[in-house]
Amino acid sequence: MQLTLEFGGGLELLCNSVKIHTVDVEPKAEEKKLTMKHLLSWVHTNLIKERPEMFLKGDTVRPGVLVLINDCDWELSGQLDTVLEDKDVVVFISTLHGG
Amino acid sequence: MDSNGVSSASDIRREIASLEAAKAQIEDRISTLQAQLSNCSSNGRAKEEIEENRFSAPSPTETISDGQLSADMIYRYSRHLLLPSFGVEAQANLLKASVLVIGAGGLGSPALLYLAACGVGRVGIVDHDVVELNNLHRQIIHTEAYIGRSKVESAAAACRAINSTVQIVEHKEAFRTSNAVEIMSKYDIVVDATDNVPSRYMISDCCVVLGKPLISGAALGLEGQLTVYNYNGGPCYRCLFPTPPPTTACQRCADSGVLGVVPGIIGCLQALEAIKVAGAIGEPLSGRMLLFDALSARIRIVKIRGRSLQCEACGENTTLTPQKFRDFDYEKFTQSPLSTSPLKLNLLPTNARITSKEYNERNIKGEAHVLVDVRPSHHYKIISLPKSLNIPLASLEARLWEISAALGRDEGDKTENDGSSASLYVICRRGNDSQRAVEYLHKMGFTSAKDIVGGLESWANDVDPKFPTY
Repeated sequence: MQLTLEFGGGLELLCNSVKIHTVDVEPKAEEKKLTMKHLLSWVHTNLIKERPEMFLKGDTVRPGVLVLINDCDWELSGQLDTVLEDKDVVVFISTLHGG
Repeated sequence: MDSNGVSSASDIRREIASLEAAKAQIEDRISTLQAQLSNCSSNGRAKEEIEENRFSAPSPTETISDGQLSADMIYRYSRHLLLPSFGVEAQANLLKASVLVIGAGGLGSPALLYLAACGVGRVGIVDHDVVELNNLHRQIIHTEAYIGRSKVESAAAACRAINSTVQIVEHKEAFRTSNAVEIMSKYDIVVDATDNVPSRYMISDCCVVLGKPLISGAALGLEGQLTVYNYNGGPCYRCLFPTPPPTTACQRCADSGVLGVVPGIIGCLQALEAIKVAGAIGEPLSGRMLLFDALSARIRIVKIRGRSLQCEACGENTTLTPQKFRDFDYEKFTQSPLSTSPLKLNLLPTNARITSKEYNERNIKGEAHVLVDVRPSHHYKIISLPKSLNIPLASLEARLWEISAALGRDEGDKTENDGSSASLYVICRRGNDSQRAVEYLHKMGFTSAKDIVGGLESWANDVDPKFPTY
């Protein structure tokens, strides 16, 4: 299924400084649905080119990273268990502290 | 031409310096007098209000009792009053409100200018820093004349120059747990315009303890973020970020750079949100976050989680009290310092390091050596030492052969002279990355590699005062 993935707040530096990625991701063979849990590991394998610890910690994103699915905090849709649909837009953004 | 009229450059400079000093003194005196005046007029206003109540006669002087604005106020704020969705009520609310702006930097500059201009009754400014030349591209409230002077004084003078009817309160100190409750309790609304992680947790917690809405903005590079915390049952900073980010994920403007107008835009939006909260109009950005990407000209507003019942600051079972807040160690919690002083690593034994002075002496003596500059290439393009080889730390591994080649070449030249091999020195901006590089080089067999302590900054301080710093 087609997804748009966006990286911001400095996370794009982990994927060759490209902010927007249009990708095709399929659910695991034994599962019918594509969950955020699977997407995170897909991103880790396919998009993150350096310092993966700046993106992931354990099986989820590191502290300080907001995950937004169709402009909504993933906390509101079930975090790792969120089921993705075709054409969803997933944004990974690192919080900024500068001023 | 009259020879008396011709002065040497040094005379002119001396006169400029003495005039600048006199000007600074006069400006100081004006700020003090203005502060006194605003205290007098607020006392006077209270008196007039009593008089007015007694005789129930309309007062011709400035008063905002019963939502009545003085003639001067009506004229000054007329364009606000003409807005049907703002009007006299919201303006009267602003005039009665007080806003504390923490940080008079890139975000605080425009926020303060607009808050003073729009007539917020009392504006407090907290900062401990002084104005520096490299602030001026973004911290637009400050001017060249204030370089070396307190940011709070500078910002206060600018605000008073725009609107002498608002009370500007100067807090020339760092915002710490020891003074936070006392300072913040005197204000209705807080604007977080700071630049570091521990301050953001500390300010949010203090707002929770005191029940103040928090207008939080951040900017770095070409991106900005904005939201309103602890407002109307909405989340606080800890609801969103219960665990602090790793220190390596916290970039500073002084290291990563920032396009001046980006914090300017976010600071303006912070003023807007503060005005909405103070004026009791519209829908403040609570439970939502604005993400700004300057390069692609994209603004995205996203829905964020609500208040977390498990939140350690504002949740159901919170134990956060003013006393607990005062005792909390925010630097330890976030593993980063409250002040933005740059990191100073000490990774290497002293025999693997030399000072910039020593390097200079060896270079003058003609010692055969290779100087590797491990800064990113866009830093190297700003300024570099002659004959240095730029291999950014990130690509060091892949480009070791270049160092071997350079050493071999120099060694070759040298063996013809006295048979000793070339030395290897590593430099960076401040002397942290050069240590990391030397550590790696030692592991890879370049055992003679030494880092130059304090990097190009120490070169500028100790060897060549004309060498540009950034």
